[in-house]
Amino acid sequence: METPLLSLRGVSKTYAGPRARRVLKDVHLALRAGDYIAISGESGVGKSTLLNLIAGLDKPDSGEILFEGKDLGAMNDAARTELRRARMGFVFQAFHLLPHLTVAQNIALPLTLNRINSDAAAARVRALLEGVALGDAANAYPAELSGGELQRVAIARALAHRPALVLADEPTGNLDPETAAQVLALLKAQVRGDHAAGILVTHSPVAAASADRVYLLTPEGLVPGNP
Amino acid sequence: MSAVPLSLPRGLLARAAVLGPLAQAPGRAALSIIAIALGVALGLAVHLINRAAVSEVSAAARSLSGHADLVVQGPADGFSEALYPTLARVPEVAAASPVIEAEARVVGTRETLPILGLDVFRAAALHPVIAAAAGPRGDALFAEDGILLSASAARALHLKAGDTFTVQAGLTRMELRVLDLLPAGAYRQRLGIMDIAAAQWKLGRLGHLQRVDLRLQPGAEREQLRARIQALLPAGVQALTPEDQDAQAASLSRAYRVNLTALSLVALFTGGFLVFATQALAAVRRRRQIALLRALGVTRRLQFLYALTEAGTLGMVGAGAGIALGIAVAAVALKTFGADLGAGYFPGVEPELALTPWEALPFFLAGVVTALAGALVPAWAAASAPPAQALKAGDEERPASPSRGWRTGLILWILAALAIPLPAVNGLPLFGYAAIACILLGAVFVAPFAARTLFARLPVIPHAGYQVATAQLRGTPAQGSLSIAAVLVSFGLMTSMAIMVVSFRASLDTWLEKVLPADLYLRTGQSGDTAFIPPEAQRLIAATPGIARAEFGRGREIFLAPDKPALALIARPMNPERAQKGLALQSAAPVPAGRTPVWVSEAAADLHGLKPGDEVAIPLEGAARPFTVAGIWRDYARQTGAVLIDRDAYVQLTGDGRANVASLWLSPGAAIGEVSAALRARLPAGTDYEIASPAEIRAVSMRIFDRTFAITHLLEAVAIVIGLFGISASFSAQVLARRGEFGMLRHLGMTPGQVGGMLALEGGILGALGVAMGLAAGFVVSLVLIHVVNRQSFHWSLDLHLPWGLLLALGLALVCASAFTAALSGRRAMGPDVLRAVREDW
Repeated sequence: METPLLSLRGVSKTYAGPRARRVLKDVHLALRAGDYIAISGESGVGKSTLLNLIAGLDKPDSGEILFEGKDLGAMNDAARTELRRARMGFVFQAFHLLPHLTVAQNIALPLTLNRINSDAAAARVRALLEGVALGDAANAYPAELSGGELQRVAIARALAHRPALVLADEPTGNLDPETAAQVLALLKAQVRGDHAAGILVTHSPVAAASADRVYLLTPEGLVPGNP
Repeated sequence: MSAVPLSLPRGLLARAAVLGPLAQAPGRAALSIIAIALGVALGLAVHLINRAAVSEVSAAARSLSGHADLVVQGPADGFSEALYPTLARVPEVAAASPVIEAEARVVGTRETLPILGLDVFRAAALHPVIAAAAGPRGDALFAEDGILLSASAARALHLKAGDTFTVQAGLTRMELRVLDLLPAGAYRQRLGIMDIAAAQWKLGRLGHLQRVDLRLQPGAEREQLRARIQALLPAGVQALTPEDQDAQAASLSRAYRVNLTALSLVALFTGGFLVFATQALAAVRRRRQIALLRALGVTRRLQFLYALTEAGTLGMVGAGAGIALGIAVAAVALKTFGADLGAGYFPGVEPELALTPWEALPFFLAGVVTALAGALVPAWAAASAPPAQALKAGDEERPASPSRGWRTGLILWILAALAIPLPAVNGLPLFGYAAIACILLGAVFVAPFAARTLFARLPVIPHAGYQVATAQLRGTPAQGSLSIAAVLVSFGLMTSMAIMVVSFRASLDTWLEKVLPADLYLRTGQSGDTAFIPPEAQRLIAATPGIARAEFGRGREIFLAPDKPALALIARPMNPERAQKGLALQSAAPVPAGRTPVWVSEAAADLHGLKPGDEVAIPLEGAARPFTVAGIWRDYARQTGAVLIDRDAYVQLTGDGRANVASLWLSPGAAIGEVSAALRARLPAGTDYEIASPAEIRAVSMRIFDRTFAITHLLEAVAIVIGLFGISASFSAQVLARRGEFGMLRHLGMTPGQVGGMLALEGGILGALGVAMGLAAGFVVSLVLIHVVNRQSFHWSLDLHLPWGLLLALGLALVCASAFTAALSGRRAMGPDVLRAVREDW
C-alpha cells in the first residue's frame, strides 16, 4: 500500500495560559501525492494552527504528524526546518515578499536555500514567471505590484523548488473576488502542474470550492464537508 | 519567453537576510557604525597618546644612559664621587662614566633646561654622539662656559651655535656659550651637556655625582653583577638596568594612563549598548521577514548567524572608521594638549604619533566584538521567535527585552560585592573595573523587575491618555526595559563620574586649605634640587617687616626600595601633638620614647606596605636611619609617595640646614603685596624665588585638576547622547509594535498631538525610573571609583561629596529629554500609514 504523503493521527493542541484554550482535538487526516484539499471552518477554530503543525512550525500536544513517513514530533527544530525547506511551499494571506528583493529574487529564494545552481535557478524562475503571467515583472520590486500580482509571485515562490506539499493559508483573504478567483485557479493549476499536493485553508466557501475535497474543522475534529 | 533579463546575484541569501535590510535602514546602520566608531576612536586615541608619551619618555631615559648596561643612580642631591673609582675598578666593568644632572632655569624665559655634566673621555664608550660632537680630542667641552645643546633644546630656546645665554641653578647664575648642537636624532628631549668638572663647579656640586653609567665586559653576567654592585652602594643609591629605568619612567603615569583607557572604554561599552538598542529595533521591524525566512527553511542557527553577520559587518565598518578617527583625534590632541592631555605627567616631551597594523588590530577587534555582543540578545530573540505567529496578519510585534532575569542581576551584584575587596593586580584596579561592570549590568538585568513593581503601583487618574499610557506600561513592563536600561546606563555612568570628580575636587580643595595654613609661601624656582634657601637667606626672610612667623621646609628625593620609584622626603617643623592639625592625617599611632617619628603619605604607605607603628629605614647621607611611622597622611601632590619628618631632627641627622620652601604668617595689618615686594627687595638680586598666596596656589591647582578631568565631561556627554539614542530606538520599536493601537486611537478621535503626549508621558515615566535606577547604580559605582579604583590606582583617599543640585538638574533634564525623544520617535515612526495599520486587524 502506498505511504501517504501526510498523515495526521489524533492530533490535539491546546494553548496554555490563564484562559487555556483547546483549538484542535483528535484530528485525523491522510493526504496522498497529487491531492488538493481545502480545510474550512469558523474563525478561531484552529485552521492556521493546523497548518502550522503540518509545516512543523509548531508541535502538537498529542498525536502524530507523519510527513513522507517521518514523524515531525521526533525531529528537532533544525531537522523540521530542513524538511520544510526541501519539501514544502507556502502561500500566505499577507503575501510576505521581501521588499528589498526583486520579484525574480523573491521567487529564487527557496532555490538558493536548497542550493540549486544559478543557471538552473534562473531557468526555473523564468518558467514560473511565465506560468504566473509575470514574465515582464522579473526585476520589479514588490512595492511596484498590485495585490493580485503579489500573490501570484508568492505562488511562484511556493512552487519554485518543486515541493511535495504546498500549504496556502487564506491566500485570497486580501484580494477582491475577481482577483481571488484568478489566484485560486492559478494556485490549483500550478500545484497540479508540478504534481504536488496542496492544502488550502480558508473560511471562504467560494475558495474552498476550488479544491478537490473539502474538510470542515470543528471543535470535535476534522470532518468531510461540502465541496 | 520573456525578454526581460533575470538578475539573480550571487549571495542571494546574504542579500535577503543581511545586505537588503541594511540598505533599507541606512540611518540605523549609520547610528551603530557611529557608536562603534566613537568608542574605538576614543580608545585608540587615548592609547596612541599614552604610547607616544611613554615611548618618548622611555627613549629619553635610554638616550641619557647611552649604551650603558647598568646605571648606578642616586637621589636628586646625589652621592659622593668617591664611589666612582670603586665602581670603575670592578673587574667586569669595561667603562664607567660619571654623570651629574641638574635642572637649571633659563633666565628671561619660563623654560628650564636639564643639564648633564659628563667626562667626555670616559663617556666616549657609552655616548659616541657626544664624543663626536666634542671633537677628536674632546677639548671642545673643556671650556668652562661651553655647552652642547640638543636640537629640541636649541629650538625651544631659540639658540644656535655661538650664542650665549644665562641659566640659574640655585642661587647662582652663569652665562653659557653654545659650543654646538647635537645631531637631531641623538637626544629628542631638551638637554644641555657640559664638562663634568665645569658643571660640578658651576652648579655647586663639587664632590658629588648623580649617576655612574657602566658598560660591562663582554660575557659578564648582568644580574649577578648588579647584585654585587648594589652591595657596594650606600643606602638610597641603586644599581638599575636600562629596562628598570624604562619601567620607572612609565610607572609614574601608568595608573593615570590605565584609568584614562578604562574611561575611554566606557564609550565603547555604551556604543555596544546602542548596537543592542538598534538591533532590537531592527528585530521588531523585520520580524515578519525573519519569520518568512524561517518558514522557507532558514534554520534558527543560520538566522542567528545572519543577524550576527550583520552586526559584525557594522562593527567592522565602525571599527575601521574608528581607527581612522582615532588617529586623527590623537594627532589633534597631541598637538593641542600634549602627551598627558594636560595632566602634567610628561613636561618637555615632544611625542610623535605612530601606529602599526598589529597595534590597531586589538582596537579593531574590540569594536567588532562590542557590536557582536550588543547584537547577541536581539539576534537570538529574533531567531528564536515562533515564525507562525509573526506571519499571521495583524500579529503584534514586540521588541526584545534586554533581560527578564532579575536573578542574573542579583548574581552580578553579588559578584561585584565579592570583587570590591580584592586587591589591585600588578598595581591596577582590575577587580574594581569588573565590579563596576557587574553593578551596571546587574542593574540592567533588574530593570524589568523594578519596572513591573513600580508600574503596578502607578496611581489611577481619570484621563484617557494617561490611562492608556499607564495600562501599556503595566501590561508590557519588559518592553519598557530597553528605554529604562538606556537611561540607567547613561545616567549611571554620568552620576558616577560626576560624584567621583566632584568628590575629588572638593577633597583636593579641603586638602589644599589644610596644607596651606600660612598667609604667604616662598619657594625656590623651577630649578629643582639645585635651588635652595640658605640659612642666611632664611634669616633675612624671617626678619622681613610684616612677617610675624616663618617656617622653613626642605624637600629632597630618596629611594626606599630599588624596585620602586623615588619618594619625596619633606623636612619641616612638625609637632607630633599637632600633626592632625597640620596634616590631613588619616591614621596615627603613638611613637615609643626615643624613636624619631615620620609621617608617610597614603601612596608611600600603600607602595611600601607601611602602617602606623611600623619601623622604617630611611637613607640619609648614605646611611639607613631608623624611624617609626607615626601616622599616614593624605597627599595629593606626590603620586609616588612622600615621607615627612621634623626639620630639627632632619638637620640634626644630616647637618643640612638649607630649605626649599618658606611658609610665612603675616603680622596683623600687613598686606600680602607689600610683604612680597619687601621680600624681593631683601633677597639677593638675581635669585629665583616664587612667592604666592594660598589663594593663588589653590587657583593654579584647581585649574590643573579641571584640565586633567576635562575628558570625563566629554564621556558624560557621550553617555547621555547614547542614552537618548537608546530611548529613541526603543520607542521607535514600540511604536511600530503598537501601530494598530495608535491607528485605533486615532479612529476613536485622538489627535496626533494627544497620541504624542501619551508617548511623552510613557517616555517620561520610563526615563524617571531609568534616572532613579541610574542614580542608585551610579552612586554605588562612584563609591567603587572613589574607594577602590582611585585608591588602588593613585593611592589617594577621597571624601565623598554628592553634587545633589547638579544630579537633580541633569536627571530632570534627562527625564524631559526622554519624554521629548519618545514623542519625537513616536511621531516619526507612526508615519502617515498608522491609520491604515488598523485595517490589518479587521
